[in-house]
Amino acid sequence: MSTQAQNTAGQPIAFVSAQALRARMHDAVNDAHLRQSFRGAMDFLMAKRAAQFPDEGELDSLRGLSEAIRQYSLSKLPDLLEQLEANLTRNGIQVHWAETPDEANAIMLGIARRHQARLIVKGKSMVSEEIEFNHAMEAAGVGALESDMGEYIVQLAGEKPSHIIMPAIHQTKQQIAKLFAEHIPGVDYTDNVDALIQIGRRVLREKFEIADIGLSGVNFAVAETGTLCLVENEGNGRMCTTVPKVHIAITGIEKVIEKLEHVAPLFSILTRSATGQAVSTYFNMISGPRRGDDRDGPEEVHLVLLDNGRSQAYADEQLRKTLQCIRCGACMNHCPVYTRIGGHAYGTTYPGPIGKIVSPHMMGLEQTHLLPTASSLCGACGEVCPVKIPIPELLIRLRGEAQSAPHANPAMVGQGAGYDAKISLLWKLWARLYARPATYRAFTWLATRLRFLTPKQQSGWTAARTPLKPAPRRLRDMVKDRR
Amino acid sequence: MSSHTPGTPARTYPPRPEAVYFYATCLVDMFVPEAGMDAITLLEREGIRVIFPDNQTCCGQPAFTSGFPDEARQVVESQLGLFPGDYPIVVPSGSCAGMIRWHWEKVIGNDPALKARAAAIAARTFELAEFLLHVVGFDRKDEGPATTVTLHTSCSARREMGTHLVGRELLARLGNVSLAHHDHESECCGFGGTFSLKHPDVSTAMVSDKVAALKATGASQLVTADCGCMLNITKRAAREDQDAGRSTPSLPGEHLATFLLRRTGGSPAGDQQ
Repeated sequence: MSTQAQNTAGQPIAFVSAQALRARMHDAVNDAHLRQSFRGAMDFLMAKRAAQFPDEGELDSLRGLSEAIRQYSLSKLPDLLEQLEANLTRNGIQVHWAETPDEANAIMLGIARRHQARLIVKGKSMVSEEIEFNHAMEAAGVGALESDMGEYIVQLAGEKPSHIIMPAIHQTKQQIAKLFAEHIPGVDYTDNVDALIQIGRRVLREKFEIADIGLSGVNFAVAETGTLCLVENEGNGRMCTTVPKVHIAITGIEKVIEKLEHVAPLFSILTRSATGQAVSTYFNMISGPRRGDDRDGPEEVHLVLLDNGRSQAYADEQLRKTLQCIRCGACMNHCPVYTRIGGHAYGTTYPGPIGKIVSPHMMGLEQTHLLPTASSLCGACGEVCPVKIPIPELLIRLRGEAQSAPHANPAMVGQGAGYDAKISLLWKLWARLYARPATYRAFTWLATRLRFLTPKQQSGWTAARTPLKPAPRRLRDMVKDRR
Repeated sequence: MSSHTPGTPARTYPPRPEAVYFYATCLVDMFVPEAGMDAITLLEREGIRVIFPDNQTCCGQPAFTSGFPDEARQVVESQLGLFPGDYPIVVPSGSCAGMIRWHWEKVIGNDPALKARAAAIAARTFELAEFLLHVVGFDRKDEGPATTVTLHTSCSARREMGTHLVGRELLARLGNVSLAHHDHESECCGFGGTFSLKHPDVSTAMVSDKVAALKATGASQLVTADCGCMLNITKRAAREDQDAGRSTPSLPGEHLATFLLRRTGGSPAGDQQ
């Protein structure tokens, strides 16, 4: 695909310079195949979600409850993290704290080295994508193999996921057939979907048996019980967390919730919002390594808690709402921009509306300042968000952080990275004009009377539209004339 | 910005007032004045006195959504004194009404007196279509010939003002007008203010899809209650006509106020020029 993020093994994908973003967006909207496949896939997911919420009142109350749980959890975040650590430790799960992706990778590499691991088999984890885990392991000589079918396809293709729930949604069955035939020894080309799934399943089954370590993400970490909850559909998550001798879970610090009873509503709204399923095929609750008389399970369980910019969002009352996210992907499914450019064009681990508001904390505004501008603020994301994150409001806030003149004690790394003295001056002039009614009247009088001087080229507007031209007379003139 | 919950009544409405303030918006004042005039005529025809504050300029939305809250605040402050009487404020645009209703109080800063004023203004600000339906109880006889139209509802009307069904209901009251729904009706037309300038590629893709969906209905024209969307959609359609060498517009559009006035025996301001 022409729009995929550059991804050479071992080389971190870091990358959202303004020019690169514009170029990728341009390529993506002009890729008819991509446009068609994303439109089809997103329409399908929107319909599936809608079918799960026939009762708007029920949806609304569940969203309200889910938002409240997430906000409550975040309000007690430091305490809950301590409680979580204490209870996990009591359950025999070893807890590690990582501030940066490098620290997280170093911790996990350390565990791998201690076990002389050669192969790590992975369940689906966006946090592992966020820290470029596969590249870090490969660079250190440890194999990292994706076992989620979508992630496996993306890994074979040398790509990043283009959707947080459906990583390979941009790939057609023909492309997948070609990848399998090229990369898996003894496999002939077939674009029969069932056959492809069986091939993937056979390859991965073998790997679960020989892998030294299983890696997984976490959907909810329950503080009061020290339980890690994992939502999945393929069963590979359960394999990764039970078959290898060592299980490492990795998650962001915001995923902690206080009580077991908080799981049910979040789980319900997550699967219904994400894939339109009433419930996922598998729901795993991991409460520790194998105990004395257990017949299976890992001998060691670790949890890596990653910050990577989350505490920056946490420190600001408004930006903190970003952390309410439960990673369902509904915002991207409903986004008219995402639907037209797909996930790779964003150049971030998390694409779509949530990616625009979370990536600036992870990567800094230097690289990401243009992302929040790539939205018409239509509000579809905020409307479907299961935990009511006011995404448009946060996009506006980030536009301000990016474009204001650099100042001391900014709320975000890279504040002012999108500052442009000329643009700022234009807005100052605009404010002068529109905040002074007499000046505004003089300006609009001139603009309407001299309408023949209106430029025919109007920046991005006339790229696809006929020019705007002031009316011969303003409304205020018409009102006056009539009276 | 989804300040309204879909499926619930947008708000409680006051009884029909003796007078209203008409807040035209900068786009209507300078680019589509006939839509504003027609809205005023509709209101006056119902016996409501329309006050047009001469010092009105803009709701501040362009600066606010672009990330320049200080500039937005200056403009909003200049507008706070325009509505001294206790009359409703009617705005012929969902996004400008949404700006006043939900964001003025936020951008105005921390002065409690100013905040209280902004909040009081927000509470009596209505989008024109919801005002016509719920306050005026618009129910005039349709005198026009049978026609089929298609309707675009702005994202702000739909998601901020919660008035996504209002346009439909008003059109349903016109006996000879049928409404043709278009594919992906709830999707944005791609305008988004400065978005259309900053990201012309994606904006163009969105508006082109919208134009295609609207045309596919076979409707004779587009009706919408937001001039930003209207200019975006009709100017894109005009460009397609131009590129294809067509001399008659393939997707003519007008503001809901103009359409309602014409259908119910009034003379739209644009027709008289």
